[in-house]
Amino acid sequence: MFKRPYLIALTVVLLVVVVMLNLPEPAAARVKLALGGLFLPLFGLASSSQTLSETAGNALVSRRVLLSQLEQLRRENSQLRFQLAEDQEAIRENDRLRQMLGFQKQSTRRLKPAHLVGRDPANWWRTLQIDLGSRDGAKVDLPVLANDGLVGRISAVGYFHSQVLLVGDPNCRVAALIQDKDSRENGIIAGSTPNSLDYRLVSLSYLSGKGRIQPGQTVVTSGLGGVFPKGIRIGEVVDFRSADYGLSTEARVKLAVDFNRLEEVWVLFP
Amino acid sequence: MNRRRIIALLVVAYLAVFLESFYNGLRRLLGVQIDLLPVLMVYASLKLGLTAFSLLAVLGGLGLDALSANPLGISVLPLFALGSLLYYNRERILGDEPFAQCVIGLIACAATPLLTLALLFAVDANPAVGWPFLWQWFALTLSGGVCTPACFRLFAWIDHTFSHPRLGDTSFRPDREIDRGRF
Repeated sequence: MFKRPYLIALTVVLLVVVVMLNLPEPAAARVKLALGGLFLPLFGLASSSQTLSETAGNALVSRRVLLSQLEQLRRENSQLRFQLAEDQEAIRENDRLRQMLGFQKQSTRRLKPAHLVGRDPANWWRTLQIDLGSRDGAKVDLPVLANDGLVGRISAVGYFHSQVLLVGDPNCRVAALIQDKDSRENGIIAGSTPNSLDYRLVSLSYLSGKGRIQPGQTVVTSGLGGVFPKGIRIGEVVDFRSADYGLSTEARVKLAVDFNRLEEVWVLFP
Repeated sequence: MNRRRIIALLVVAYLAVFLESFYNGLRRLLGVQIDLLPVLMVYASLKLGLTAFSLLAVLGGLGLDALSANPLGISVLPLFALGSLLYYNRERILGDEPFAQCVIGLIACAATPLLTLALLFAVDANPAVGWPFLWQWFALTLSGGVCTPACFRLFAWIDHTFSHPRLGDTSFRPDREIDRGRF
């Protein structure tokens, strides 16, 4: 029925698929990053043309607008300086108290900015590509943040770029905490809610059924698991329901970060 | 001629995969990223032949998986299966008719994500698929119907642009030849 050339093509294709699918994970990740690297010239070209158009746009902003923005930023800067001085005093006090109690000193972390260069072309995964790779010190499992809150964690690192697994992807589990003075419920964000068209809604599962959970409460990382440091904002509780025959509660959380409008992120280095 | 067409096809596939990753406008608007590889596969299998659709399946599939969280190689088989099916039925398909192209595009773009998801579940990957996927699947299918005739036109234009111009028809017509006598 099938001619010889077709059988040869079929054999080659099957061989490629079987070999690729059976590669050990590190080797598969390396091959993937190498193949992804073939698209880097296009990503570079696209981002530099975007920068060029932004620069051209900036040149057209009037002096009056720039001066008013400068004034606004000066005011914001002085407020933030005052707040920083207060926070530094609180940090010093916290360090002293930790020392007195014999607690371990909390390590300070530094942030590195990265540009978003691409998104997952498949509709069933939630990943991003950023222009920060192993040459910049990026490593697997480093947390990625935006100004509004948690974005995800690095899942694969190439020399020039890395892949970020977003909160809400089934493979990115985040230990979370409902931040409220009455309720400090711990749970796990394991993926997006399967029946919602709003991609920003994720499920916060394994909450104890007895907690006082209310819509509007802030959800932050709990620091359990060691990947994400404690206290990074994730989102807000939208609603909740009883799960596992009343043994636990599951809440729907609206993520603070809108991934579709994301352009720059911060990678949190230890 | 065919080699040049295959190169053009692979270049378009490379750009299509890049755009699927880079361009976010449709995802913002509809919540779906459209997939152009099945559309290109329809063209390759109906117009170019075995080498073209095999290369497109392997290189396009690997390129797509490289930029995605898919296990590497998972998109190759659905594309190749689609290409094979169309290639072996190409005599029965009116490939030059825009309506037929549209219908085949709809079917191709509906079948490919389903086959890919079936393979993903078979290899124990855990893709985020729920009821919203029905909307995504509908939008993907519809995009196939719209993009396939456009793809055929694009390649016709590329062919026209990069090939030698056709010679005009001669004005000679045997039925209008004047048979002159001696006087």
